[in-house]
Amino acid sequence: MAESAGLEHSAAEQTVQEYITHHLSFLTFGRTHDGHLGFAHTPEEAADMGFWSVNVDTLGWSIFLGAGFLLFFRWVGQKASVDSPSGIQNFVEMVVEFVEARVTEGFNHKNDLIGPLCLTLFFWILLMNTMDLVPVDWITKAFEIFAATAFGFEHAPFKIVPTTDPNITMGLSVTVFVMIVYYSIKNKGLGGFLGELAFHPFGKWMMPFNLIIEVPTLLAKPISLGLRLFGNLYAGELLFLLIASMLGFWQLPAHFAWAAFHLLVIPLQAFVFMMLTIVYLNQAHDKEAH
Amino acid sequence: MEMILAFTVLGVLLVLGMGALGTAIGFGILGGKFLEGSARQPELAPKLQGSMFLVAGLIDAVTMIGIGIGMWFTFANPFVASLGG
Repeated sequence: MAESAGLEHSAAEQTVQEYITHHLSFLTFGRTHDGHLGFAHTPEEAADMGFWSVNVDTLGWSIFLGAGFLLFFRWVGQKASVDSPSGIQNFVEMVVEFVEARVTEGFNHKNDLIGPLCLTLFFWILLMNTMDLVPVDWITKAFEIFAATAFGFEHAPFKIVPTTDPNITMGLSVTVFVMIVYYSIKNKGLGGFLGELAFHPFGKWMMPFNLIIEVPTLLAKPISLGLRLFGNLYAGELLFLLIASMLGFWQLPAHFAWAAFHLLVIPLQAFVFMMLTIVYLNQAHDKEAH
Repeated sequence: MEMILAFTVLGVLLVLGMGALGTAIGFGILGGKFLEGSARQPELAPKLQGSMFLVAGLIDAVTMIGIGIGMWFTFANPFVASLGG
């Protein structure tokens, strides 16, 4: 770390590589090189912490945004009025009706969990994705200055978009996968669920072949669900970083152009995640053979 | 070491280029079918548009995963790391 600090101060500015690597690093908490628990000071230290480490910035922002969303919707729901809805109430109703329309047309069984689940998934992912529109250095630099002055923690990394962390996106998709398996077993029985894997699409004499087809299909669901969201947001953020570091003055129109395109991706990825959840959970409830 | 870096660059370029190619062709076919369908039945256009965006998000998926892998190789090349470079 002394070398990288020296490198920064001797060259009058950070290299582009260092800037990008710094902005792609998480604030990781785990077992440091010295052996005690603390924050990682370099990306190598963060990587060495291995599995048993926590990205504190991701956790903080995702919990903050999720709690904010829940409290906001609850507050609007409590002061909702039928006769004279306020603008905010109209907005919340629009979101809820949008999700409700999708759920009623996509999910054909009775389950009280699906509606709130899909609303949460859609709006929470939308909020987390929208953090990507905040200019790269504003909050990160402010936190860096705060950490350096308050704790002597120089050059602290801080990422504000939780969905660029594969931990969050895979956490969401693994949770959905657990629900798929749970509802499959609940509605079809364990034998029914395993039977579907083993005896479709060909008969029971082709069981190994069926398993080769069905098990990767089943496993591809959470993997693709999580990685799709992660890849889209990571690429978007990385492009913002590249524009910020490489274009000098011309980054302003380039930022605007890319942000205009990214405005499409942000709600689209939240929408796709929600729709696929509806489709997968509907399949889990279907007792019909396919 | 230079060879690893050179081949990494070529690999990343292939991933990005072929991803872009596949996505562009896919979106072209998708958009074309949407236009055909809504020209045939204009009253279905909003419903078709919703489904179009859904499929667009799905087509993007593997391309974006490829971009993520490409960026990983560019900035945190595991082959270089395993050489101790």
